[in-house]
Amino acid sequence: MVEFLQFTLSGLSFGMIYAAIALSLVLIWRGTRLLNFAQGGMAMFTTYIALEVIRHTGSYWAGFAVALAAGLVLGGAAELAVIRPSLGKPELNAVIITIGLLILLEGLAGIFYGGQYRSFPAAFSIIGLRVGSTPLGVSRADVFVAVAVLVATLLLAIGFRYTSAGLRMRAAAFNATVARLSGIRVARVITVGWALAGLIGALAGVLVSPSTFLYPNSMDSIFVLGFTAAVIGGLDSPLGAVVGGLLLGVALSYASGYLGSQGSDLTALVALGILVVVLMLRPDGIFAGARVRRV
Amino acid sequence: MTTNSTPRVLGVALAAAVLVAILSIKLNTFRDYQIAEIAVEVTAVAGLTILTGLSGQISLGNGAFMAIGAYTTALLLLHLNWPFYLVLVLAAMVTAAAGAVVGVAAARLHGPYLAGATLLLGVALPSVAYAYQGEFGGDQGLDVNFTTPSFLGVNFPLTRWEAWVCSAVAIVTLVLLANLGRSRVGRSWRAVRDDEVAAALAGVNVARSRILAFVVSAACAGLAGALLAIVTGLVAPEAFTITLSIALLTAAVIGGLGTLAGAVWGSLVIVLVPTYATDVATSHGLSSSVASNIPIAAYGAVLILVMLVFPQGIQGAVRWLLGLFWHSPTPSWHTASISKTHEKEGTQ
Repeated sequence: MVEFLQFTLSGLSFGMIYAAIALSLVLIWRGTRLLNFAQGGMAMFTTYIALEVIRHTGSYWAGFAVALAAGLVLGGAAELAVIRPSLGKPELNAVIITIGLLILLEGLAGIFYGGQYRSFPAAFSIIGLRVGSTPLGVSRADVFVAVAVLVATLLLAIGFRYTSAGLRMRAAAFNATVARLSGIRVARVITVGWALAGLIGALAGVLVSPSTFLYPNSMDSIFVLGFTAAVIGGLDSPLGAVVGGLLLGVALSYASGYLGSQGSDLTALVALGILVVVLMLRPDGIFAGARVRRV
Repeated sequence: MTTNSTPRVLGVALAAAVLVAILSIKLNTFRDYQIAEIAVEVTAVAGLTILTGLSGQISLGNGAFMAIGAYTTALLLLHLNWPFYLVLVLAAMVTAAAGAVVGVAAARLHGPYLAGATLLLGVALPSVAYAYQGEFGGDQGLDVNFTTPSFLGVNFPLTRWEAWVCSAVAIVTLVLLANLGRSRVGRSWRAVRDDEVAAALAGVNVARSRILAFVVSAACAGLAGALLAIVTGLVAPEAFTITLSIALLTAAVIGGLGTLAGAVWGSLVIVLVPTYATDVATSHGLSSSVASNIPIAAYGAVLILVMLVFPQGIQGAVRWLLGLFWHSPTPSWHTASISKTHEKEGTQ
């Protein structure tokens, strides 16, 4: 029973990371109908920037803030520089451009910072918490991960629901043509969506790097699982992204916890199994709206 | 592709074979190795360009089929010592069966959902090799023993023989795919891609057509995997990462999606651009971490630029250039309609 609790809690903490990546993918998908393969690469790059700032200032929170700001800038800049010129061209072109961006960022990270594994500090103690004498399997740092992603998600949800900028974003995602006719600058809204996605991705990068180390490819596997979470939840649904991320995190935690070393080798296979089952039942993800697909 | 008649396809194939033979004899061992590498990529990318370009289904997991082909090859050579041509046939059959299974699951999915499922397949399948070390050798992998046949004499370089074998398989695959693309099967793929409902009304079995595209594409990837096994002499999960699957799709799109010539251009780009950039970087005496990463950054930049400057890929640019310099005798309305259909093929 204690084991089960430990696996669940640590799964939820990791699931929050997948949820954050999934959320950033959903933000971009709703605006641009594009999968951003550079999302993980952008998060890796902003985490390197955070590491540099922490090293020079000695303050974790300065690095944290700079990483989020850098994510915001990088997301917006990527949209303006390479994504917008590709719209209207064949659909897969933009996908290949994001792959090109990912490879470019990984190359640049290697040039500036070298390929070796760097350790990244955690915000709080990584010593496991206990209730009485029972270890919970999570630390203060893990709790911070969950709280940070939850706060970011809630802020986004409130922003989307109660601000006029959020209303514009929802309108643009719902129907770009009508939104444009109502005087919304859809192009600007899309840039803001990319910037927000960059911010959420940067948050995920800073939060996950204490447990994965930082190197030019360090976000690859996190990106794959975040993408999986987004697909499980349904790419149009921010709620689906969070639920998909938590589901995946907990399931993978059980798999590696109960199946031993073979289980941790097969985490990707377990994730594939979950994805296949979900997509066989709901081809557009769990939270897909009952919408008619145009053929 | 629609304009290629069988004699023309065979003529181009023969010319390519002669070119490869001459190059492999003139150039050094490293270049022979590169020829083999390009032929491996061409085989896999051609299968993928059929799947994504003609049948309209995206796959980010064809690296997994390459892994199946490579492990089948390694196990057959290791335990049963079969002749290589039989190994190739069986590798293609095993991966075709795997392609059928994936195709059945994929027939219901579309767009990013299919991309996600196949991407995870590409990541998950090679990890089986870590979990079952006894059978698949874990991260050490399996050794593949491949030698030159005795009739070529003892002094014939192995890399040249490998370049010949790989190029021969690649060229035969391209000829078969060119014919398949022009056949009834190819027409039904295009019909399903352009309008599913209209194709079904016209009597095309949509699900079967989709699954068949996966089978063909998987068989090509399996052949490529078998070739990769003999070229590298080792089959290990490290070779079949997410990077490989993504590189295949990248090559297909960069070259010109849906065209076999594009598969060749794309393979040339993904094999030669990183090597060329490495040569330039090392010859300028840069530090090793910078020199080893400049090719990666340059490759990423090339991908972005090609997609922005040539939306139809390299083959689209080649067609445009040919149109500038070479006035065809056909009336202008005719060429215009042909180029329009080609454009349409590229966009899907």
